[in-house]
Amino acid sequence: MTILTDLTMLEVKKSLENKDFSAVELTNAYIDNIKKHKDLNCFITETFDRAIDDAKATDDRISKGESLKLLDGIPIAMKDLFCTKGILTTASSKILGNFIPTYESTVSQKLIDVGSVLLGKVALDEFAMGGSTKTSYYGIVKNPYKDKTRPDKILVPGGSSGGSSSAVAAGLALGATATDTGGSVRQPSAFTGIVGIKPTYGRVSRWGCVAFASSLDTCSVMGRNVIDAALMLQAVSGYDEKDSTSFKSDVPNWFDDLQKNSDQSLKGIKIGLPKEYFENISEELMNVIQARINDMKNLGAEFIDISLPSTKYALPVYYIIAPAEASANLARYDGVRFGFRSLNDNKEFESLNDMYIKTRTEGFGEEVKRRLMIGTAVLSSGMYDHYFLKAAKVRRIISNEFADAFSKVDVIMTPTATGGAFAVDDVMSPIDMYMNDVFTVASNLAGVPAISIPAGNDSKTGLPFGMQLIGKMFDESSILRTANIVEKTVAFDNRPSKLFC
Amino acid sequence: MPYVIKGNTADWEAVIGLEVHCQVISKSKLFSSSSAEFGAQPNEHVSLVDAAMPGMLPVLNEFCIRQAVKTGFGLNAKINKLSRFDRKSYFYADLPSGYQITQQYAPIVTDGYLDILDDDGNTKRIRINRLHVEQDAGKSVHDMDPDKSFIDLNRAGVALMEIVSEPDLSSPFEVSEYLKKMRQLVRYLKTCDGNMDEGSMRCDLNVSVRKVGETKFGTRVEVKNVNSVKYAATALEYEIKRQINALENGEELVQETRLFNPNTGETRSMRSKENANDYRYFPDPDLLPVVLSDELLQEVKNEMPMLPDERKAFLIDNYSLSAYDADVLSLEKEVADFFEKSVSLSKHKNGKHICNLMTSELFAYLNKDNLTIEQSFVSEQQLADIADNVLDNVISGKIAKDLFKLLYENPDIRTDKISDIIEKQGLKQVSDTGAIEKCIDDVIANNTDNWNQLKSGKDKLIGWFVGQVMKEMKGKGNPSIINELIIKKVKE
Repeated sequence: MTILTDLTMLEVKKSLENKDFSAVELTNAYIDNIKKHKDLNCFITETFDRAIDDAKATDDRISKGESLKLLDGIPIAMKDLFCTKGILTTASSKILGNFIPTYESTVSQKLIDVGSVLLGKVALDEFAMGGSTKTSYYGIVKNPYKDKTRPDKILVPGGSSGGSSSAVAAGLALGATATDTGGSVRQPSAFTGIVGIKPTYGRVSRWGCVAFASSLDTCSVMGRNVIDAALMLQAVSGYDEKDSTSFKSDVPNWFDDLQKNSDQSLKGIKIGLPKEYFENISEELMNVIQARINDMKNLGAEFIDISLPSTKYALPVYYIIAPAEASANLARYDGVRFGFRSLNDNKEFESLNDMYIKTRTEGFGEEVKRRLMIGTAVLSSGMYDHYFLKAAKVRRIISNEFADAFSKVDVIMTPTATGGAFAVDDVMSPIDMYMNDVFTVASNLAGVPAISIPAGNDSKTGLPFGMQLIGKMFDESSILRTANIVEKTVAFDNRPSKLFC
Repeated sequence: MPYVIKGNTADWEAVIGLEVHCQVISKSKLFSSSSAEFGAQPNEHVSLVDAAMPGMLPVLNEFCIRQAVKTGFGLNAKINKLSRFDRKSYFYADLPSGYQITQQYAPIVTDGYLDILDDDGNTKRIRINRLHVEQDAGKSVHDMDPDKSFIDLNRAGVALMEIVSEPDLSSPFEVSEYLKKMRQLVRYLKTCDGNMDEGSMRCDLNVSVRKVGETKFGTRVEVKNVNSVKYAATALEYEIKRQINALENGEELVQETRLFNPNTGETRSMRSKENANDYRYFPDPDLLPVVLSDELLQEVKNEMPMLPDERKAFLIDNYSLSAYDADVLSLEKEVADFFEKSVSLSKHKNGKHICNLMTSELFAYLNKDNLTIEQSFVSEQQLADIADNVLDNVISGKIAKDLFKLLYENPDIRTDKISDIIEKQGLKQVSDTGAIEKCIDDVIANNTDNWNQLKSGKDKLIGWFVGQVMKEMKGKGNPSIINELIIKKVKE
């Protein structure tokens, strides 16, 4: 019997058109899965009634013989950072615990416009600050994978888009939205064996997406394979006059390109291997990456050793710029106009400041507060020149190094993370946690697109490893095409049902 | 004499710089499409962006940028083709996003000047350090309820131009002149309505004092809440004296922000430098740098009207007006426009005469009702016609005055042609010598004593007789003919 939730988007699209099953049947299969795997704690808000309505609309279109839209009937999960009209939007924070937007973000509106089915809003690290989804106010989210060497341990789904990655991997959604500020789509995709793409900064509108660090925040998508991810990206991309940093140009038809391009050769493609990204990684990870390099060589790709010497500064630069921007972006959560306001034990506040302090102290979690303090510090007079301004200069150098590298290669390949998923209770300092982003932050600083796809499994733990392909500014096409070809060489089972046998 | 304050121990001088905030005339706000109009119900003009809802992003209103560029041209300044917006962070209930978007590091306009008159009537050049564009905050209302504060966000996000002078001003008089000149300029350019009562133009003063001859600056104090030209002078006089007294008493001044109280005319300490906000300025990542094209600069340049000083000189040169008259007419661009249009519509093109009618008659009625020239009850054409009728001896100067009164009091005839009004109301001057002679004879018959005195050489009485005849003829006699005929009769 076909397990509906194991099907890919392409298979689903074809089946819906063939009337093998209805969109409502498919949606119900996903809803059943969500109910069955409630322990994963992916969803903050379930919108099942809405999902059934959306699915019925698709079925109506099918029965009327209308041509189907890009994601017609595709059940998706929305990262709870995207404002959804009339639906609770929390950013996984207590401070937005009662916030119901009166408006629809550009990304969620575009997904409505292409006929997708909204299953609900999924968890993230609070305000997307973290790499484990442990900082969510609404409880930890579990990774559906288990570490063979310690099967009793609960693993993190990565972060910040951990609710999205876990849901897609576990078959609780066929695709999901995510955001990537320092690696928040790619690292969780790597940890859960799915595909996540962070497009070029400016490719997707940020309007209506709760801001963390505006110059780095990139609205992104996840799917179980490259074509699914490309379909999602196709739906959400495009210029938006409401976002001044969005890019004014036509969006290439990646989906068509991948479908039509049957050429499975990588001949003529130059792939750069930056040496800085292969230091201090485990033997198991190196073996998996090496196997993929060999596959790609066999398919005709040319590998070139390159250097991105300022990579070692990317993480510190990121942890200055991102908190600095966040410290201003999160100032609006003050208890005045919307969201949580401290109850102050039903006592009168002494002053406006008293209200601010209590509201923000109670409303934000530890990690958010840590970053707001870092951000406030690096912008304060006397520190601005030494920290923020210097970081901004190094950021420019990092961008230039990428531009230089891309004069020699088409695509850069690296591991996505330093290893596989870790356990929820592994002891980690904030710095250990920040190290999660070490391979991903540089592309956010430069604004270049990057994709993470499953590279294989850890021979010891059995956990998936991710490999990252980084492209030129606005050249998502190259990384999608390369990823789509490599994907077929990897013996990686992406069916959710295999996780629950 | 330069402005010097005699202290007990020395002569002192003041060093003053101004920050003037001008609300930009624009239909919508700086970064949102909500209306920027004044006077709506509280929170009627608030968009999701203005209220800083999660995920909202600013989109620059290019018209406000053009307005800033125009003002920059008016200040003879350098227009920077690349400028940026920065965030200035502080928490306050009427600042929804917790930061104000401003231009700290790369302002759009720098290095300009404004010429004013100093205390001695000489021209003095005041350097402008910068003009930058920023958002206004909302309004907190604390006096509506004993326990609650209210927030009105209508003003939140409205565009402001902050114009910062160098510390080139040295007296309350100069500051008044500077503010008036600035107000005149922005009103000429239509970039700000200059209305200090409604707060669309506000200013902060930076004041320090030093002994005459010193070159080092003293400790600077910022005075806020100075919302009229008069208050600026009052606040300065108080603050300068306070600082001199303190220094002469051996006290040390602290760098601080003080608040002016218009009721007492005094300033009081608001916060010292130690307690000053650290605004944590950094480039706003939601906005791209502002890049001005040559085409845009040229377009704005082409829109530039003649500026006040130039206009004044133009009026003197082209209409043979006195400096005083030209000053009065060029104070407002619209007044000068009205004047020139009226002259151009007239047959005689007598600027001096039209100027006199405007300043002595028209302005009196407009001022009475606090009306602007745009609200004038007399059109340019009507003014021209009145002037022409006087010069053509159709009506007397006295009747001209009556015409203004007539038009002021009778809105229903305001659209009528002046010639029709003169005709209908029978205001035409009588030049028929027979009729005038008859009237003169009547007046002589009733005033034989005076007539005999005139005949015996008391020439001063000619005017009196002209007046009496004029009165008798209800102002319609031609005064020069009356004059002529009386002289003739005296000599008979």
